[in-house]
Amino acid sequence: MTLIYALVAIGALALVFGLILGYAAIKYRVESNPIVEQLDAVLPQTQCGQCGYPGCRPYAEAIANGDEVNKCPPGGEATVKKLADLMGVEAKPLAGGEEAEPVKKVAYIREDECIGCTKCIQACPVDAIVGATRQMHTVIADECTGCDLCVEPCPVDCIDMIPVAETKQSWKWQINAIPVKQLD
Amino acid sequence: METLLEQIESGKLWQFPGGIHPPEQKFVSNQIGIGNLPLPEYLVLPLKQHIGANGQLLVNKGEHVLKGQVLTRPGTNWSLPIHAPTSGTIADIKPMPSAHPSAMPELSIILTPDGEETWCPLTSRESIEGLDSKALIDILHHAGIAGMGGAGFPTYVKADSAKQIEYLVVNGVECEPYITADDMLMREHAKEIISGIEVMMSILSPQYTLVGIEDNKPQAIEAMRTAANHNDKILIRAIPTKYPSGGEKQLIKVLTSKEVPSGGIPADVGVLVQNVGTLYAVSEAVYKGKPLIERVVTVTGNTIHTPQNVWALLGSEVKHLLHSQGFTPVEDQRVIMGGPMMGFTLPTVRIPVIKTTNCILAPDNQELAVAGQEQACIRCSACADACPQTLLPQQLQWFAKGQEYEKLEEYNLFDCIECGACSYVCPSEIPLVQYYRVAKAEIREQKLEKVKAERAKERFEARKARLEREQEDRQNRHKRPARTAPAKDKVKVSEALERVKSKRPEQSAVQAAIERAKAKKADDDTSTLEPDNSAVALERAKRKEQARKYKEEKAQSSDDSAPKDAVAAAIARAKAKKAAKAAQETNVPEQKDSKKAAVAAAIARAKAKKAGQSEVSDAEAAASSDKDPRKAAVASAIARAKAKKIAQGNDQADETAVQDSDAADPRKAAVAAAIARAKAKKAAKAEEEAQPHSDKPAEQTDAEPEDPRKAAVAAAIARAKAKKAAKTAEEAQSHSGEPVEQTDAEPEDPRKAAVAAAIARAKAKKAAKTAEEAQSHSDEPAEQADAEPADPRKAAVAAAIARAKAKKAAKAAEEAQSHSDEPAEQADVEPEDPRKAAVAAAIARAKAKKAAKAAEEAQSHSDEPAEQADVEPEDPRKAAVADAIARAKAKKAAKEAEQQTVLSGNTKEANTLTDSETAQLSPENKRKAAIKAAVERAKAKKQAQEQEGNDLS
Repeated sequence: MTLIYALVAIGALALVFGLILGYAAIKYRVESNPIVEQLDAVLPQTQCGQCGYPGCRPYAEAIANGDEVNKCPPGGEATVKKLADLMGVEAKPLAGGEEAEPVKKVAYIREDECIGCTKCIQACPVDAIVGATRQMHTVIADECTGCDLCVEPCPVDCIDMIPVAETKQSWKWQINAIPVKQLD
Repeated sequence: METLLEQIESGKLWQFPGGIHPPEQKFVSNQIGIGNLPLPEYLVLPLKQHIGANGQLLVNKGEHVLKGQVLTRPGTNWSLPIHAPTSGTIADIKPMPSAHPSAMPELSIILTPDGEETWCPLTSRESIEGLDSKALIDILHHAGIAGMGGAGFPTYVKADSAKQIEYLVVNGVECEPYITADDMLMREHAKEIISGIEVMMSILSPQYTLVGIEDNKPQAIEAMRTAANHNDKILIRAIPTKYPSGGEKQLIKVLTSKEVPSGGIPADVGVLVQNVGTLYAVSEAVYKGKPLIERVVTVTGNTIHTPQNVWALLGSEVKHLLHSQGFTPVEDQRVIMGGPMMGFTLPTVRIPVIKTTNCILAPDNQELAVAGQEQACIRCSACADACPQTLLPQQLQWFAKGQEYEKLEEYNLFDCIECGACSYVCPSEIPLVQYYRVAKAEIREQKLEKVKAERAKERFEARKARLEREQEDRQNRHKRPARTAPAKDKVKVSEALERVKSKRPEQSAVQAAIERAKAKKADDDTSTLEPDNSAVALERAKRKEQARKYKEEKAQSSDDSAPKDAVAAAIARAKAKKAAKAAQETNVPEQKDSKKAAVAAAIARAKAKKAGQSEVSDAEAAASSDKDPRKAAVASAIARAKAKKIAQGNDQADETAVQDSDAADPRKAAVAAAIARAKAKKAAKAEEEAQPHSDKPAEQTDAEPEDPRKAAVAAAIARAKAKKAAKTAEEAQSHSGEPVEQTDAEPEDPRKAAVAAAIARAKAKKAAKTAEEAQSHSDEPAEQADAEPADPRKAAVAAAIARAKAKKAAKAAEEAQSHSDEPAEQADVEPEDPRKAAVAAAIARAKAKKAAKAAEEAQSHSDEPAEQADVEPEDPRKAAVADAIARAKAKKAAKEAEQQTVLSGNTKEANTLTDSETAQLSPENKRKAAIKAAVERAKAKKQAQEQEGNDLS
């Protein structure tokens, strides 16, 4: 008899908690797949397509679906590491053997050579090139992500990728202290 | 319990945590008063000497400027102007090394003094009464005053605080070793500093002004007390000497017990801090109208002969200051801008003094030892004890080394004031501050990049959205015309309904048709595309009506014998053509509407065929619709092609057809005859008996074609084939000679004859080809190669070559020799429009190829693609031509396939000839041509079979 009581009691409890859990699962459901957002936030947003996807978000989605994390040369090793951490996988060296620390570059149009074909404008993923047909084009350096995509379409090869000049703001201290020693 | 205010009034001081007591070394430079420097040879004035943006240049190279003249105009965004520290000429404006640890070049004005020291007009004032705070702030702004304690924050921005300021804190602490600039300034210019304080007080109206001075500067304290005696709102406080009590947050803590929240500014707690040097500059600017053009700089260190404070014009090079004070550099001499705790070693001494430069320290190597080797952290926690911000320097160090930037932020790295106390106390000589600085720069950069990435993402998405929108717009633009269509469609539907109704009472059918025609006319009027074709539409409607009637009739008479039907149809068609030609002659001016007419004609014809029995009405309709001679030609071509089919349908049908058509219309008859002949020849080749028939048609050809162009096209095609055929087989030769003979007999009309001959020849060739095919496909490429050329001229050339060959062939045939010249001549005479013909031929061929390709994909369905390919072309005429040609070939091929066995004997010779031809072609073309030919053949056979079946049924 005690066995039956126990079974009934346990069963009743199980039922009650099951109902509570089921309700909670519906009521406090987490919307969407935040991992894609997190991955996208880590990516450098150059939209350069070097990963083989048409932009950073598509790559983020691909990673979430199990693609490799080491396909982002503009992000460098740091990005690979972050992506690996997020996905809980082993960080790998960058695919393609690019240097670990990518040099930041901006496109520069040699304006007297530009013929105004607008091909680079169409190629730019962030609309950082201004110009019109038969008018000289120029790059808005602040908006340029250095993705390289405008270099290829230029029929007169007048676009250079120039490393971003270091400014006082971007300058970094070297580890060299000015020691102060107490004299006797 | 005393309130905070009472505590402050009573002079209570508080303590900040940590702090150190480094050797002060102030005595070195505070023994003598502030000296003056000789004018330097030139001044280097960086446009940006403070935090914020630089102003806009107002002067040009070579311009002469007066002392105090403004050189840049401030914009927004915390920008300040700079002024000429002395009168002189602007020698250059170019990037020069800046007062920054990196000495990175920065755009600077280079001024060569003229030694006159001529001031620009200054607006001095006795008091600030009548000036509101806005006017005062404006004065400060345009005097270019920035915080002179270190950071160089624009003073006007600070003074323009939106928050209520309870306490104005004046920083005269100067806690860093060696530096005595503020000390000396207070000693000598306490009055001006106090008046500067009073200006700030009038702007900010704080409850109290607290002046903090370290108790190691008794003279300065005394001087300030004396100067501030008249104002009981200014409280001079001597605070205990401890580094870094001169730090803004530390000083606030000491004087008011308030703590600035992490990441906040003093104004958040109702406090504003100003340096005494800044206040002196404020006083000068407000009362004397002098902009900020010079400042007190301590020049000190063991390598300086007379360490002293000097009035240095902004833009004087450090080198100038050093040498004026007697500088004896030692080995590995370092020159430090700022104090030993927070300053930085200059990479070069050719760096200008700027608004924030308070000290130039040139120590020898005993005074400040070069940093030793960094050793391992022993976790002594001395740094944590020393930290005035109660941070955990040791932890920060680990994170900085490990580049764990999030951790660093968690540990409030950005609250570090980089005072260097931790580095100073570290027994392992770890340059902690340097690690923090590097980490801070890194984090800042990452944040910037994040912002940039965010913007790039936004722009990328905006672009994507834009592109999508544009594409949609484009699609909509294309759709727009279609959108207007539904109205028409509706009309059509209603018409259809009407028609259905009208079908039952047949009398009303015509009426309905008229109505429809009118509706269409109305449509046309609205669209204004085709101005006036209502008449045509009407006729079309009538025709349709008749066609419908005929269908019904046909359904009843379907049990009639097939051959008879076919013959009748042929006759009807022939008449239609005739009528078309007549129309052509009369209606030439009406060609504007040629396309419509063509379409109508095509439809009419299609129906006409079906309505083989209601010929008369058909013919009329065709006559009315065929206004275009070319169309008519196309139509006739099609008709001919069909006639041939019918002829094939039953062996003897051709004869009867010819005779029938003769009676009806000689021209038509001629056409039919020509076709018949062609077939006859084939048949003849297959069996020798066929010959007799070929003569008759030839005679009839006299009456034939009034349309020279068509004839030319047909002839050209035919000729090309004829030549080949001639070459092929012995039997073929003998037959080809006969046609030639026939052409001789005929020619009352050379053109007609030529056409007939051409057709005949064409068939001969085909026959020959089939024979070739049976053995090997090698000759086909050659043929197609001939057919291929897209260029009309080429085509012409090809034709010419072909003709030449034809002649040769003719010669080969013994009998044919004498006659062969004539056709050739005729051929020359024929083409009044050779180019057109060539084009037509080319197009036809192109289509044939297409069909062939389609066939490759689905050989079993090969008929349909071929048909579709024919249907496709924009120009119905061409399509018709192509169609006709294709069909003609198909039939022949079919027949030949049957006769292959008979002809196979001739193939040897054919091969030898074709080899020579193919040799001229590139291997690629050969292969392609071969494939196409094979496909075509396959189709042709099928088609032929089907058509035969159709005709019979």
